Amino acid sequence: MTKPREMIRVEKLNKSFGDLHVLYDIDLKVNESDVVVLIGASGSGKSTLLRCLNFLEFKDDGKIVIEGEQVEAATHDLNKVRAKVGMVFQHFNLFPHKTVLGNVIEAPIQVKGMSKKEAVKEGKRLLDKVGLGDKYDIYPSRLSGGQKQRVAIARALAMQPDIMLFDEPTSALDPELVGEVLETMKELGEEGMTMVVVTHEMGFAREVGDWVVYMNEGRIVEEGQPDHIFDHPKEERTKAFLNSIL
Amino acid sequence: MGEFFDIFIGSTDVFFQGLWLTLRLSVVSLLIAIVIGLFFAMLKISRIKILEIIADLYIWVVRGTPLIVQIFILYYGLASIWLIPEFWAASIGLAFHSGAYIAEIIRGSIQSIAKGQNEAARSLGMNRRLTMRRIVLPQAFRRAVPALGNQFIIGIKDSSLASFIGLQELFGVSNTMGSNSFNYLPYFFTVAIYYLVIVLVLTVAVNQLEKKLAVSD
Ligand SMILES: Nc1ncnc2c1ncn2[C@@H]1O[C@H](COP(=O)(O)OP(=O)(O)OP(=O)(O)O)[C@@H](O)[C@H]1O
Ligand SMILES: [Mg+2]
Repeated sequence: MTKPREMIRVEKLNKSFGDLHVLYDIDLKVNESDVVVLIGASGSGKSTLLRCLNFLEFKDDGKIVIEGEQVEAATHDLNKVRAKVGMVFQHFNLFPHKTVLGNVIEAPIQVKGMSKKEAVKEGKRLLDKVGLGDKYDIYPSRLSGGQKQRVAIARALAMQPDIMLFDEPTSALDPELVGEVLETMKELGEEGMTMVVVTHEMGFAREVGDWVVYMNEGRIVEEGQPDHIFDHPKEERTKAFLNSIL
Repeated sequence: MGEFFDIFIGSTDVFFQGLWLTLRLSVVSLLIAIVIGLFFAMLKISRIKILEIIADLYIWVVRGTPLIVQIFILYYGLASIWLIPEFWAASIGLAFHSGAYIAEIIRGSIQSIAKGQNEAARSLGMNRRLTMRRIVLPQAFRRAVPALGNQFIIGIKDSSLASFIGLQELFGVSNTMGSNSFNYLPYFFTVAIYYLVIVLVLTVAVNQLEKKLAVSD
């Protein structure tokens, strides 16, 4: 058996906001095509960890290795790294002054220098894929939350990232719209995308996740395969958390 | 009253020339002011202390001195080094003035754009410049339309000060004709109506533009 390719490795990552220490000695590994699900109570540092992986926040110390390369803000072109790591946000953050297709083709054209024709072709393919083939030319304000989030996913995919990060992608959605977004993410996972997902959707974590990481107060308390975490958690804190949300 | 109507009707050609100059002055100075304003807005949000101080200094000077003094200094001061035509002295003076207000308008609207917009763009690999130019500024300008429109209206009225350096714009025309006839009041009433109509037309236009831009939001 060949050793799986390591996409992300985090070692002893620490992060503070002023006096508030939010992440303590985080170690994390994500292999190619893995779907890693981060769970934990509000304020436990899940978003901060994800944002450090995309360099929207900067670590205090520790190592972040992306696709075999240790990335440091001082020496690396973070724009290049970010282009390889897509991110989907809780509040979508679509560009309201651009059409659906305009949102999707913006970065490929401006960052990758792709021709408009090619970007449009690829953008349409991705929008078709997330089920929005009839919405190219409308503005985001006219979409439902679930549609917005699918556009956001297509927009991130248009950069052909190797890794996708999701920060509570369904938390801002009406319950009846959650399913369509999770379905899109599930398909992506099945196609072999490497994903790190922060979510409170335990059904998704169990079904799609390859690895579940439980965080509490800035530390990784327990991690393992979904059935291990959900059915046989070892730590009291994990049990308490799962009881509180299920 | 009859006298006023005679003047209002009878002097339209001269007033139209003045109107044309007023509009040219206002539009040219607005365009220059937007460039100046954008520049100083960028300094203010640069998070580089010295640049912020430069911008603050500029805004302080503009706010702290009367516009007419600024125009005179520019016209008479610069004239000693380089003879600058009245039209350009007035345009640059007016632009220098509204530039400070526009800088604050643009800075405010940039800062009102949600942080998530910036993050989304950066997460796609867009650098700071690209993010500003393609994502933040287009939205900020849309948001600034009402305030910029308001500043433009102020600029139109302020352009009357250009008459003090000899430009026969609307107010200059009314002043000259008034003094020639020793009968100022009807001419000032006439010019007031011209200004009111321009401002009314402009207010409606800005409102329409605002509505149109809102559709794509
Ligand atoms: N920019 C910031 N400045 C200061 N404190 C911050 C900042 N971002 C996050 N924090 C704090 O860091 C801690 C961890 O926040 P984080 O958003 O990572 O938690 P989370 O696990 O994602 O929570 P949630 O489920 O509510 O999204 C919290 O106490 C939060 O208040
Ligand atoms: Mg969070």
